[in-house]
Order: sequence, then C-alpha cells, then structure tokens
Amino acid sequence: MAENNILLEAKNLKKYFKIPRGNVHAVDGINFRLETGRTLGVVGESGCGKTTLGRVLLHLYNATDGQIIYRGNDITHYTPKQMKSIRREMQMIFQDPSASLDPRKSVQDTIGEPLKIYKSFSDKASYEKRVLEIMNMVGLAERYVSSFPHELDGGRRQRIGIGRAIATNPRFIVCDEPVSALDVSVQAQVLNLLMDLQDSQNLTYMFITHDLSVVKHISHDILVMYLGQCIEYASKKELFQNPLHPYTVGLLDAVPIPTLTGKKLGSETIMKGELTSPVDPIPGCRFAARCPYATDACKGEDIPLKEVSPGHFVSCTRY
Amino acid sequence: MSDTLLDIKDLSIEYHTEFEKVYAVNGLSLKLNYGETLGLVGETGAGKTTTALGIIRLLPDGIGIVTKGSIQLDGTDMVHESEEKVRKLRGKTVSMIFQDPMTSLNPIKTVGDQIQEVLRAHDRSMSKAELSRQVDEMMEMVGIPSYRKTEYPHEFSGGMKQRIVIAMALVCEPKLILADEPTTALDVTIQAQMLGLIRNLQKKLNTAMILITHDLGVVANTCEKVAVMYAGEIVENGFAEQIFCQEKLHPYTRGLFNAIPKLDVETSRLEAIEGMVPDPTQRIEGCRFANRCRFATPACSQEPPYVEVENGHFIKCHLFSGENRSGKTIPETVSGSLTREKSVVSEKEVS
Repeated sequence: MAENNILLEAKNLKKYFKIPRGNVHAVDGINFRLETGRTLGVVGESGCGKTTLGRVLLHLYNATDGQIIYRGNDITHYTPKQMKSIRREMQMIFQDPSASLDPRKSVQDTIGEPLKIYKSFSDKASYEKRVLEIMNMVGLAERYVSSFPHELDGGRRQRIGIGRAIATNPRFIVCDEPVSALDVSVQAQVLNLLMDLQDSQNLTYMFITHDLSVVKHISHDILVMYLGQCIEYASKKELFQNPLHPYTVGLLDAVPIPTLTGKKLGSETIMKGELTSPVDPIPGCRFAARCPYATDACKGEDIPLKEVSPGHFVSCTRY
Repeated sequence: MSDTLLDIKDLSIEYHTEFEKVYAVNGLSLKLNYGETLGLVGETGAGKTTTALGIIRLLPDGIGIVTKGSIQLDGTDMVHESEEKVRKLRGKTVSMIFQDPMTSLNPIKTVGDQIQEVLRAHDRSMSKAELSRQVDEMMEMVGIPSYRKTEYPHEFSGGMKQRIVIAMALVCEPKLILADEPTTALDVTIQAQMLGLIRNLQKKLNTAMILITHDLGVVANTCEKVAVMYAGEIVENGFAEQIFCQEKLHPYTRGLFNAIPKLDVETSRLEAIEGMVPDPTQRIEGCRFANRCRFATPACSQEPPYVEVENGHFIKCHLFSGENRSGKTIPETVSGSLTREKSVVSEKEVS
C-alpha cells in the first residue's frame, strides 16, 4: 500500500450529540484509511452511526474529537471557507431520492447547481452542454432535461442525485444507502451505474448500507459498525469467508437467502435482543449484552481493534 | 367443507381519482387452502397491497373499486357482502399486519388496551378477567413480558412494536393473515427474529398466510407457495420448490433472481432488468412485461396464456405455450454480463 495513495484517513474520529440525558456516542473512535479508487463499505443496523460517520467526514457535522486527513492535509478544523475549496471533490448521494431533490428544480437546475456554485463553465451553451454530458453519464435520456422530480420514478430520481454528485468531478463520494429505497430490478441498474462511474472517473466511495448482499457486491473493504464503534474491518473476501466478530457472524446469519437449500431462519443462530442505548454507554464491549460468548473480560474497558491476520481487524476478547 | 379458504377469480381493481383511472389489479386469480402460506412477490406498484386490501375490503371508499371478478373468503363473498358482516370478519376470519409498525399503533392507548380492543370487538360478553388473561397469553406468545401491557407504543423499540402488531392480528386466531411487508421497516437481525416468530405462530395456530414482500429471500424462508406479480397480474404461480429451483421461470421472475446481489456467489456485474414498470394508468394489450423482456417476440402483443408447466406451477408467458411447453428454449442464465448496448438492441427489436 503506497502511502501517497491514501485519499482519506480517519483517526480516532468521534462525534457526540448532546441531549438532556447525556451524550449520544454516535461515532466513537473510528479509524480507517481509504485508498484512491476503492470502495469502503460501512455496514450496521439503524442507529449504529453509519450516516453520522459519513456526514462527519464531509464536514456536514463537526467532529467532536479525532482527525480527518484528506490527501495529506488535516481538514478536521477547516473553516467553511476553506472547506468550500475542497468540497467540490467530496460529494454525497443521499438515501431518499424524493426527499433529497428540490421539487421546484428541473433536472437541469439540479445537476447544474454545483456547476454554478463553482462557476465551472464559460457561457450558457457550455453549461447546457455539460449538463447533458452528465445526464448521459448517469443514463438519463436528454428528453428529461426540463422534467421535475415528481414526473420521474425512483430510479431516475436517484440518477439525478448521482448526476448532481458527479457534476463537479469529485474524487470522493459518500453514498448513503443510495439503493435502499429502490426495487431490486432498479437497484441493480443503479449499482451497475455506480460501479461503471467508479471505473471511468476513478472515484473513491464510502458506501453506507444495511444490506449485506449489496455491500458485498460493491465494496473492496468492509467496516462493520456497532453502536458507533468499528468492531470488524477487513477486505470483502476475508470478511465474508472468515467473519470473526460474533456480531458480524450473527448479521450474516440473519440475511434471508433466496434459496430453499440454504439454512432457514428461526433457529438458535438468530441474534437475540436489540441495540442498546447509545447514550453514554458504559465502557466495555457494546455488543456484550447480546453476545452468546460474553464473559467478564468483555466488561470494564473498551476492547481495542486487533489485527488478527494481515488486514483483518476485529475488536473482540476472543481473538 | 372444502379445502379452499380463499378463492379469487378474475379480480380487477381500479383507483378512480379526479383526473385519471389507475388499473391496479388486472384479472387476478388465486386460490389458497386452509393453513397454507403464500408469498406474494413483486415490485412497487405491482398491485400486491391493493390485492390484500381488496381481500379484507379496506380499499379507500369510492376511490378503490372492484370492477370485475369475485373474492370468496371462507364462504363469504367479500365483494358484495354487507359492510356490517364484513366488519365482523375482519380480525376474526382475516386480519392484516401492516408494513410500518410505527404508524399502525395508536400512540395514546396502552398496548394492552389495543390488543384487548380486537377481542372486545368480536365478543362483547367476554369478562374482564378473561380479556386480561387472553391479552397476557398473546403477549407472552409474541415474546413480550405481559407486565409491559400498561406501556404505550413509544416505550417500545421498532421490533417490539411489530410484535405488538402481530399480537393484535393473531389474538382472535384468524383463518387468514395478510402480512404486508411485515419486516421491511426492520433491521436484518430483527427481521430474522420476526420471520421466525411469524412462522412459528402460523404453524401453531394453523393459520393461512399471504406474505407480501419484494424480498425473495424472505419468501424462501417462510412460504410454501409463491405468486409473482407484475403490473397488476400474477405472472407466475407455484410451489416454492418449483420457483426456487429456477428451472422453468417467467422471464420477469428470472430477472428478479438475477438482479439480486448474492451473498454466496461472486458476481462482477448484476443483470439488471432494463426499463421501468409500465404506467398503471394505461391499459396494455398483450404481455405487460414485453417491453422489458429479452425474449419478446411479435406474439407477445397477444394476451399470453397461463401454462401449467409442471404440476401446480403456472406461468403466464408465450414462451411456454404450444410447442415450447417444456420451456427448453429459454437459456438458464444469459452467459457473461449483459451490457447496456445489448439490452438497448433487444428493446428496439420489440418496438
């Protein structure tokens, strides 16, 4: 791994939200390095801090503690003005295409907005040409250029969202559940599009999802989150072949597989219980309350991530 | 008494709004026996929920209209029976579990009261002690300690709320449950718990179930029979073993299988079904899937027949009619990856 190939690095990144009862530890000490042109999949259940992590990286929230290093520069304490200069390189695709598009803006206005913000065109003709170029890249027919979001279906709306994100030629895109709201047949179209764009534009993705089969399909490396912490981090192949953390194992077991020969759900392997509260959690393994292997060693202090084999990190006392 | 609990014949449902007519269900026929589980699979707008609402007769008044066909449920004509009579059947003979547990509970009533309400609606004479006993029993059955019956919905997590909704649906031991995407709003680990729970209760009470979902994995885990809906009609119908062995499939069902990213197989590129679901405000002659289908021929402008390709396995497609009955002409999967260019060509051929 060449050092200069690292696009983004997070060091002990934390984000706490203050509420009357205490602090919600939404992101609690996340470390990772992301190389150019790769996809980091972030998986976890709702409320585990996946989206917050993505937003902190893009400075949509200010980090409580830790560092974000983008292309060698520590951007953790950048001012909004400083951020503007690099924001064109860091974009986001949102979960719900109907809620993240302005209903009063046509496709051209939405995709063209970032172009206007960064004044990246010389005249009206080149602006329109660039918008059509982008629409073509994301597979939107030119006839939709003056359509409004409500006239289009979910798949096309998500293509607008993707078009808006790639308009400024970004390097890094946070994809926050971009296909969760779509039907499988359309989901496959959008996943293919994202992978094609990655190849042609050399994009780096952080792909946030709760769907393990989607994350397996698109990611190179996978980070499993549980209550704000990274509990396992490995390459896709390693993680799916050799999952170590009991939570990861349980998560993989819980996915219904569309075959009759596979295991059936409803047996003892199912994880019991639900997420515990993220408000000022007591130190120790956050998963211990649901873990079948929990011992006294899991309590008292946080379990650090340990490299059990090259590139495979897990935070569990059993390893 | 015959084995048939539910018999839907040639059902069509339309939504009439001020501006347009939406053809939601088009000539749907379906049979379900006592105690059977059926997975109703399809994408958004395929008419799955509308069908369920038609069965329990909860279509929006004056807007959702049954224009054709019949629904016989346990000997009752659900299309023409009086409202008074149908109201008595809801909860007792047929009940529905809705998709979103957050919005299907009353926020200002305790969960115990909400379960009790169902019982009281069907039996006014039940004593307080008996009501309370049945509520306790039902809550324990869905895995919630009965002392929590005095709590309000906001005090429960999403998974727990869904357990309450399931308890409400099952408390009168209905003969048929319509479960409309009961796990879609839940996380996978909770979904696994819920599916296990629904399956166990369904077996224990010997209730028939129609499970509406877009997730083939969920169906494989819970259902004996599968019906695949597309644009308001059932395009394929059979036993789970027949569908999931993936030997003979409707091109749309095949497309659904290929479009799912798989956990157990390494794929570099997904085979998406190009194009979109047809506009439900337009009537379409012939096969509704033809404009997205790779195997479409000029014959597809004619209404395709239902062909019984094997015992109990029906496919509505020209590919299986006449000489092609065995379905041998259809490649199992298209080798290699389907590129965008290829599919554009096939779309042109159709038009």
